[in-house]
Amino acid sequence: MDRIPILRMGRFLLVSIQVDMHDRLALTLQDDLTARITETGARGVLIDISSLELVDSFIGRVIGTIASMARVLDAETVVVGMRPAVAITLVELGLALPGVRTALNVERGMKLLEAATGGKPEPEGTGDAGSEE
Amino acid sequence: MSKNGKTRIPDVLERHERALLTDWLVNQKAAPTYRPDLMKEGELQEQSREFIRLLARATRDGIMDVQQPQWQEVRELLASISRSRGQQGFSPSATATFIFSFKEPLFAYLRREFESDPKTLLENTWAANVLLDKLGLFTAEVHQQAREEVIRRQQTEMLELSTPVVKLWDGILALPLIGTLDSARTQTVMENLLQKIVESGCETAIIDITGVPTVDTVTAQHLLKTVAAARLMGADCIISGVRPQIAQTIVHLGVDLSAVTTKANLADAFALALKRLGLSVCKDTVKRS
Repeated sequence: MDRIPILRMGRFLLVSIQVDMHDRLALTLQDDLTARITETGARGVLIDISSLELVDSFIGRVIGTIASMARVLDAETVVVGMRPAVAITLVELGLALPGVRTALNVERGMKLLEAATGGKPEPEGTGDAGSEE
Repeated sequence: MSKNGKTRIPDVLERHERALLTDWLVNQKAAPTYRPDLMKEGELQEQSREFIRLLARATRDGIMDVQQPQWQEVRELLASISRSRGQQGFSPSATATFIFSFKEPLFAYLRREFESDPKTLLENTWAANVLLDKLGLFTAEVHQQAREEVIRRQQTEMLELSTPVVKLWDGILALPLIGTLDSARTQTVMENLLQKIVESGCETAIIDITGVPTVDTVTAQHLLKTVAAARLMGADCIISGVRPQIAQTIVHLGVDLSAVTTKANLADAFALALKRLGLSVCKDTVKRS
């Protein structure tokens, strides 16, 4: 079955959605991501949807719930690179994703995550990434 | 109609073509709607001659319904005359007068022709009257259609003209809105703004509503949608140019704008945007040599 890769970058997890999302793929991503956050103790999640061209209300809602779940697990979520057409669709569907942080591109999203989680990323190789500051 | 069921109008038209044209032109020039400044006399003469010629040809079959194919040429001529007059700036009544002023000379020659036969005279006069009324109405209709086309074209042009997105500074876009915001315009505005945000990578957009005459719940809803869409893409919006009356209306209507930063004028919004970027404007105190 298709899976969307979840990459670890220091204290953060990076998810890049390169294919059109279908419902099962979205739910799998939700499961995988929550599992990875607990496993790695990540402090932030960056979801890149710059290749996503089509959204429906379900996918929009899943993006919102993923962000809420990550916050419960003490990880900030930033959605980056949303296309204009996708943004208009979500707004017309009434899904303004209130709790979700957004950024124009991955670079700015990373800066936002660093600012939100406080300070510079930890040096690489620290096994205990989930330590409290 | 005369005994054989045919109208005598084409005979009269052909026999007195030249005289009819002269009388008709005199009539048209005497009418208060005659505008030599808008149209040359030669053009008018040419149009009139062509109309009489085509009218004679169309009536020869005795069919008086102007929607029939025999009338195709007359209709085309009148349509082109109406269109050109609409563009030249004639009023609809002036355009219709072109046809109606033909009644007097035509009736005069019909009377002269059938003086001895009152029945034929009456029939033909009535037929000519009905016919010219129909043609007059047709010109008025075409004239109106032409004007409506102009209005429609202007509307679409205005829609495109009035939604420019300008870059104020590196990272700051501005969208000065002018005129009433309806659903169609909001869509264009929103698309333009979001596209420009993607292209330029600007994180702050200032929507200036100084030129928006009234803000009702629908307009406010549209503004909020635009702001929400920009936010989803990762850009911040500031709404500026809120006039006192508009502020009052928004509060009275119960529209919640608390999620959006609003400023009274564009200068304040620009200052805020600069501050967010960590920039500031200060006076140059060092004297230049």
